[in-house]
Amino acid sequence: MQTLIKDGHVIDPANKIDGSFDILINNGKIEAVLPKGKSSFSKIKDVKVIDAKDCVVAPGFCDMHVHFREPGHEYKETIETGSASAAAGGFSTVAVMPNTFPVNDNRSVTELIFSQAKKTSLVNIFPIGAITNGLKGETLSDMGELKESGCIGYSDDGKPVMNSELMRRALEYSRMFDLPCIQHSEILDLTLGGCMNEGIVSTELGLKGMPVEAEDIMVFRDICLLRKTGGRLHVAHISSGGAVDLVRQAKAKGLPVTCEVAPHHFTLTEEACRNYDTNAKMSPPLRTHKDIEMIKEGLRDGTIDIIATDHAPHDLADKQVEFDNACFGIVGLETALPLTFKLIDEKVITLQKAVDLLTQQPCRIFNLDKGTLGVGKDADIVIFNPNTKYTIDPKNFKSRSKNSPYKGWNVRGKVIHTFVAGNSVYSAPNI
Amino acid sequence: MLLSNQNILTTKELTKQDIQQILDTADSFKEISTRAIKKVPTLRGKTIINLFFEPSTRTRTSFEIAGKRLSADVINISGSSSSTEKGESLIDTARNLEAMKPDILVVRHKYSGAPALLSQFIDSPIINAGDGSHEHPSQALLDLLTIRSQKGELEGLKVAIVGDIRHSRVARSNIQAMQTMGIKVCIVGPPPLIPAEFKYLGVEVSHNLREAIKDVDVVMVLRIQLERQKQGLLSSLREYSNYFCLTQESLDKARNDILIIHPGPVNRGIEISLDVMESKHSLILNQVTNGVAIRMALFYLLLGEKNANPN
Repeated sequence: MQTLIKDGHVIDPANKIDGSFDILINNGKIEAVLPKGKSSFSKIKDVKVIDAKDCVVAPGFCDMHVHFREPGHEYKETIETGSASAAAGGFSTVAVMPNTFPVNDNRSVTELIFSQAKKTSLVNIFPIGAITNGLKGETLSDMGELKESGCIGYSDDGKPVMNSELMRRALEYSRMFDLPCIQHSEILDLTLGGCMNEGIVSTELGLKGMPVEAEDIMVFRDICLLRKTGGRLHVAHISSGGAVDLVRQAKAKGLPVTCEVAPHHFTLTEEACRNYDTNAKMSPPLRTHKDIEMIKEGLRDGTIDIIATDHAPHDLADKQVEFDNACFGIVGLETALPLTFKLIDEKVITLQKAVDLLTQQPCRIFNLDKGTLGVGKDADIVIFNPNTKYTIDPKNFKSRSKNSPYKGWNVRGKVIHTFVAGNSVYSAPNI
Repeated sequence: MLLSNQNILTTKELTKQDIQQILDTADSFKEISTRAIKKVPTLRGKTIINLFFEPSTRTRTSFEIAGKRLSADVINISGSSSSTEKGESLIDTARNLEAMKPDILVVRHKYSGAPALLSQFIDSPIINAGDGSHEHPSQALLDLLTIRSQKGELEGLKVAIVGDIRHSRVARSNIQAMQTMGIKVCIVGPPPLIPAEFKYLGVEVSHNLREAIKDVDVVMVLRIQLERQKQGLLSSLREYSNYFCLTQESLDKARNDILIIHPGPVNRGIEISLDVMESKHSLILNQVTNGVAIRMALFYLLLGEKNANPN
C-alpha cells in the first residue's frame, strides 16, 4: 500500500525544497514529491492519506549522539525503549555511543547492537565504535573491523582520549577508514572530582567545579594534532564559548573539524544546579550566559554543524542521590525539537536551518544516505506542528528514564508522526 | 514557628531577624549549663536523631548535650554504624528513620547538598550539621554569639577569615551570616585556597595576613589539612605556616582588643601558634560553650517554643 502525505509544508534542505508539497511513499521509499495541487495523487487508489495541514514535513531527524545503554545497563534504557523515545522526538536515525557494558570496541558487540536493533528498534540504529579498547585510553581499537561491521564513527565518549600520542595515532589511523573521531573534550586533571561548571554557583554550593578551560584546552590540543595527522575531528557536545571560537578559527584554516551542540547547552546555565538538582548535572556541565551567547553565535555563523542530544538516560536510583554521586546526563530525544524552537523564536536560526542541523548536516558528517526526501530514498519522515503549544512532562516520555530538567517548561513544536522506511513508528496521542 | 524556615540548612536563608532571635534565645539558655542540675523539661517527649555520616566529636557531642539539657531523647547514628555502608541510599535511610517519628534530624554528611536532598523527602525539621564544603550554619551562629557576647553589637564589625576558604563550610556559612548582620568580611589565604568567585560574594580578598588583620575586630582561623598538599593546593604546611600562621609576631599591627576564634579542631603551630591560642584574645573555648546554647536555641525554636518555657 502507498501512503500520501498531503497539504504539509515540506522542508528538505538536502533537496532545497521549502514549500507546499505532497509526498507519495511506496514500498518504504519516497516515490514522488510534487507541488501541492499539481500532483495527480488524488487519482491513486488504495492509498493511505496523512493530512499534514498546518504541519511541517521534513526528513526524519538524525541524532548522532545518544546512549541507549544496551548491552549492560538495560534498567536505564534499551535499544527498544530508546528507539521509542527517538521516534516520539521525531528522530528516525540515531548513532549510539560505545560506552555500554561491554564496551563496543569490537565486532561482536557491534553485531549484537545490530541484531537487537533489528529485533526491537523502531528507528535506524548506527553504532559508534570505541577509539580505544575498553575506553581505557591505552590501545587503539580495531577501527577497520569496527567499520566493516557497521560503525559510522569512533569515540570514547563519556571519557576523553587523554593521551596526546594516542589521539594523534587515532586521527592518523582513522583516516584509512574515512570516519570521524568524536572527542569528548575534557582535560581530566582539571575536572577531577568535579560535578558542575566551576564558577559562582559551584563556589556557593560548595561543589567541586569543572573549569571551562578543561574543554578549551582539549579542543585546542586536538586541533593542533589535526594539522599533521589529517583524519577528521568531530567535537562532541560543545559547551564552552571559547571552544566555539577555537573551532571557528580551525575551520577558517581549512582544517577538517566539525562540532555539535546539545539543546541543554543553549537553553540552560549553571544556575539550574542550584538546590542541588541532579537533573542539571551533566558532562560537559551547564555553563554561563556568556557561553550560551557564544554558542548561539556559532549556530548563526555555521561554526556549529549539528544539533545532537547526548541523550543520557539514568534511573532515579542514579539521580536521586547526593549531587557528587549522581550520574551525569539527561534524556534529550523528546525535548530536542521544542528546545530548538527556542532558537527559532529568538531568531538565532530559521526553521529551515534548524531542520538542516537535524537532518542533512549530521548525515554529511557521518556519510549517511539519510536526512533527505530525495526520490528513491528511504521514506524516513517527521511531521510536526510548529505552533502546538504544550508543557513538558517527563512522565509522558517514552524513554525508560525520566531524568530531565525541563519539567514544566512551556514550549512549542510537537511531533505528530514519525515514519521510518515508510512505516509509522510514532503518532501523537489524540491526533 | 518563629523562624522563617522549618529547616536550618544554610545561613543564607536566615533573615537578620532569624539570626537575632536565635542569638537572643541562646543567650537566655546559657545559664542552664551553669546550674548544678543542668536540665529543663522544655523538650520532654521529643526525639532528636543525630545522623552523622562523617566523623565528628565536638559538633555531635554539642548537639547531643543541647538536646539532653532540654530533656529530649537524643539518638546518635554514626556513619560507620549506619546502613549506608550496606548500600542503602541516603534517602532510604532517612525515610526509615522518619518512620520511627523523630522530631528533628541533625545531619552531617561529607557531600554538599545532602541535607537539602533529604529535606525534599523528609517532613521532620532538618538541621544541617555540616555538609561537604557547603555550609555549617550552627557553627556560624555560635561564632556570632561568641563575638556578640564580647562586642555587644555585630553591625559594623570587621572580621578576617584565614585559611582554606575553598573547602570550608564554616567560612561559607559565616560569610553569609556575617554579611546579613552587617559585618564586613575579609578572606585571607594563598590563592589556590581562595576561589576567584568569592569576590562575587562581596568579601575582600587578601593574601597578606599581617596587613589583612591590621584593623579587624575578629580574626577567625580555619583548620588547614595536610591532604591539600597532595592536591597541589599547598606547597607544604611549613611554607603555609610561614605566611599564614597566626603568631604574636603577625599580630604586631593588630588592634589590642582583637578577638581570635577557631572552629576547631586546632593544628597547633600550623595555623595558629600555641601562645596566641592560649592568649587573652582567644575565645576558642567560649565558642565550644556557646555551641551548646546555640543548638539548644535551634531545637527550641524549631520545636518547643509554642508549648514550653525556656526556664
